[in-house]
Amino acid sequence: MEFSRPASTEEAAAIKAADPGATILAGGTDLMVEVNFGHASPDHVIGLRRVDDLADYQDTRIGAGVTWARLEECSHRALAQAARTVGSPQIRAAGTIGGNIGTASPAGDGLPWLAAAEAEIEVYSTTRGTRLVSWDQFFTGVKQNALADDEVITAAVLPENVPSVQEFAKIGQRSAMVISTVSACVMRDDEGSIRVALGAVAPTPIRVRQAEALVSGQSNPSEALLEEFARTVSAEVKPITDHRSTEAYRRHASGVLARRLLERCLAQ
Amino acid sequence: MIINMTVNGEARNAVVAGSESLLTTLREELGLPGSKNACEQGECGSCTVILDGALVTSCLVMSADCEDSEITTVEGLSTDRELHAVQRALLDAGAVQCGFCTPGFVVAAAHLFEENRHPSSETIREALSGNICRCTGYGAILRGLEALAQEPS
Repeated sequence: MEFSRPASTEEAAAIKAADPGATILAGGTDLMVEVNFGHASPDHVIGLRRVDDLADYQDTRIGAGVTWARLEECSHRALAQAARTVGSPQIRAAGTIGGNIGTASPAGDGLPWLAAAEAEIEVYSTTRGTRLVSWDQFFTGVKQNALADDEVITAAVLPENVPSVQEFAKIGQRSAMVISTVSACVMRDDEGSIRVALGAVAPTPIRVRQAEALVSGQSNPSEALLEEFARTVSAEVKPITDHRSTEAYRRHASGVLARRLLERCLAQ
Repeated sequence: MIINMTVNGEARNAVVAGSESLLTTLREELGLPGSKNACEQGECGSCTVILDGALVTSCLVMSADCEDSEITTVEGLSTDRELHAVQRALLDAGAVQCGFCTPGFVVAAAHLFEENRHPSSETIREALSGNICRCTGYGAILRGLEALAQEPS
């Protein structure tokens, strides 16, 4: 196995372009599980852990190499909440938001926040330079994304006006070290528009637009409207039954979780 | 390939096979079997080490990615003469049952106390949330570390 240690994003992209089949290694928390269980045996690995320019955090541009441990302290409230639910202290010290984006697991803990914030994924190649892909174009299926073979994920880029009222929570069998059964992020902007994104209930992170429309602009929704909101969320998600949960439970929990987060946003 | 790393303060040249984990290299190449191999997916924490200052599960670190890295394993926390304060606290509390998870708990707790000499009970619990004790001996582990947190600096 060949192991490349680029010192910069530019160098990493050049190595990837020269060998498009090479495997990117960020924090290792996904890739090494595949390696340890014999599901991956890469011929060439490009290690990004010490590419300093990828680890730069700004409120409107989060470098792909920024770890969950760093994001626990960030100023985006719901992203910090999401970061705190990732794995364990050991996983958060290693795992990165870029890894979450690259793996594109339906249950990726950072993805509902990116969907609610309407983030763009910044990717870079030596031939085409920087390309910005909106979150809903980037995540294309279960562990599938729009990254080309010669590209490296460099950042999550955020609009200036990400609503400051935002809440995240996830449901799992314990508080730590658990893959989401359902995760959700709700945001409320200054005009009262509501955004609701969910994870682990569809092949990609999703927004539930009908449910959003139902409660947008409502500062004091009635109990009946909140119930209708929860029912609409449950109807809009597209979960499956697997070893972690059933379709029916995920539908129910999606509505309960989204309603709870909406109420928390309205109380702020 | 040969990977140069500093392990427990000592420069080591490890012969690493392909994509093997740091855990495998530590145990099978560098003669440091204190870090335990259980789940191999980062869930149990029994292989916890400190890598360049960060607490990580060594099963999820690729050894090839450790060139010029500094690693502290459980073997590096104590000397022949003196236990680490965390080890003494766990011993005093009788916080070891089968002992398999103990090295991971010791490293995680040592990392916590390095950052925060008087952590609250809640902080201790959270710092150890990535370590599983299959004997379910958490009560004594927490009591031992809570007692250590109460000791004057």
